[in-house]
Amino acid sequence: MSEQLIYELSVPGRSGTRPPKLDVPLTALPTELLRDKLPLPEVSEIDLVRHYLRLSQLNYSLDHGMYPLGSCTMKYNPKVNEAAASLPGFTGLHPRQDEATVQGALYIMYQLQEQLKEIGGFAGMTLQPAAGAHGELTGVLIMRKYQLDRGEMQRDTILVPDSAHGTNPASTHMSGLRVVEIPSDERGNVDLAALKSQLSDRVVGLMLTNPNTLGLFDENLLEIIELVHECGGLVYGDGANMNALLGIMRPGDAGIDVMHFNLHKTFSTPHGGGGPGSGPVGVAEQLVEFLPGPVVRQAISVEDEFPYYTLHTPTQSIGPVKSFWGHFGVIVRAYTYIRMLGAEGLRRTAEHAVLNANYLLRRIEGVYHVPYNRLCQHEFVVEGHFEDAPEVHALDIAKRLIDYGVHPPTNYFPLIVHEALMIEPTETESKQSVDHYAELLLKIAVEARETPELLQEAPHNAPVRRMDEIRAARQPILRYVPVDSR
Amino acid sequence: MTIDENARYLESHEWARKEGNLFTIGISDHAQSLLSDIVYVELPEIDDELEKEELFGVVESVKAASDVYLPLSGTVVEVNEELLDAPELINEDAFGDGWIIKIKADDKDEWKELMDADAYRAFIK
Repeated sequence: MSEQLIYELSVPGRSGTRPPKLDVPLTALPTELLRDKLPLPEVSEIDLVRHYLRLSQLNYSLDHGMYPLGSCTMKYNPKVNEAAASLPGFTGLHPRQDEATVQGALYIMYQLQEQLKEIGGFAGMTLQPAAGAHGELTGVLIMRKYQLDRGEMQRDTILVPDSAHGTNPASTHMSGLRVVEIPSDERGNVDLAALKSQLSDRVVGLMLTNPNTLGLFDENLLEIIELVHECGGLVYGDGANMNALLGIMRPGDAGIDVMHFNLHKTFSTPHGGGGPGSGPVGVAEQLVEFLPGPVVRQAISVEDEFPYYTLHTPTQSIGPVKSFWGHFGVIVRAYTYIRMLGAEGLRRTAEHAVLNANYLLRRIEGVYHVPYNRLCQHEFVVEGHFEDAPEVHALDIAKRLIDYGVHPPTNYFPLIVHEALMIEPTETESKQSVDHYAELLLKIAVEARETPELLQEAPHNAPVRRMDEIRAARQPILRYVPVDSR
Repeated sequence: MTIDENARYLESHEWARKEGNLFTIGISDHAQSLLSDIVYVELPEIDDELEKEELFGVVESVKAASDVYLPLSGTVVEVNEELLDAPELINEDAFGDGWIIKIKADDKDEWKELMDADAYRAFIK
């Protein structure tokens, strides 16, 4: 790559700013805090602007083209979200301000809590968690505390299907509980017999990703939830795939007790380097008092035209999980998205997300093997491998797509599919754009047979050629070291 | 694909080989080929007392992180620290330089209950 690091552009003595003349008495800093050398890059304003503009041009983003990274819901982020979040009334707030002076911000938070409760079918909501996996951890800690408060001290196990998001077992470990993996059956559902064999009074709950990472809606959802409830367990829903369900099915109505939303997936706030994320957690009635605090409440005693909003910490709260009130700027963006679409628009979002995925699946099936081939939800998984081109792998197909100016799908996940390519077009892609992607996949399948080296050596047209992922993982360089002291 | 005729195997692809009073433990050549290039290995502590089929470490490749399970109960007496700097030893020589730990078994008969080389060969077919 031609672009140097900002440190390498540094020229001693060059500066981009000229501080104003000192107009207060000069006070010496404590000598023990002074250091001889502060190796910051010395560049002018134009050096800096050009450097970051060039980097942004090397980057690939949703504003460039299709980005069907499965399970990530890389939908277009409408610019109106940014306009709303950039309003000075929001950006100028300080989290220590008195609540009487931030009523507008509390109103937005309250409204988003209520909207997400309605969308998911939940009785309570926290906006605090900073991302999806943080929401999972919050949810598992709520489930754990619920069981402990009931005196069920022996419950130490969370059941996680092998088609779940990889963060589910990680979140369970973080909360100090034990993970037991449940296999999938041949239709890609949770294997009911295997589930039954693990149900006992040690179970805190089940973490269910539905639709799962195969993009499939579990055909036995209600039975699974009932079985877990019968043994005294709770059901956690991983809401990362909520884009398939908006306005069509409410997880709370199906009996799911806890679920996180990914505002940065389903509700179109930036992610993938542009974040931060946000992972609100919704809970059923019996868990409302365990939510992290504070949550926003509407003061019912005030019979004013403009209700008053207060911050409240639930009585048996697991405690705060984030400083202050979560990622407020993201909350404003998600609120804007929901208000722009309305209930009808949200439902159409899900319908189009599912339609786009099924359309793309049908265009490439037959050429790409589909191991669990039934009606999919917002995404699907194919094998990135051909029997008559054994030297070509999923990674080669992914890298070749980069040459054609689109982003590859998620690869090698879920682990239950050999050479997995996990594709999620999202609803914001037009038919033309999905057709174009299908044609590229079909063309690459031909190349795999005729000119396999073209795939194996890809990408050819990207700013960098094939990265050495193995060396990067085995010998990571985690800190910049100046060239002259290497 | 190689299979060590002197080792015995778990269904999760760990092997155990009797060497004097100790058992050497690793993952099979078949397992390393499924994982592809191994980039990181997490080892247990010496003197850890572990049960049969208990987790004793993690083997991570560019594709996935896999837990590894102990084929028979015992106490860890040696760990292969070479793997910390050169995890690729497992790819290159799964039954030799890529061994992971050595244990003192609680009950040597437990080893006989494991799959022998022929049974394992049939199992992975």
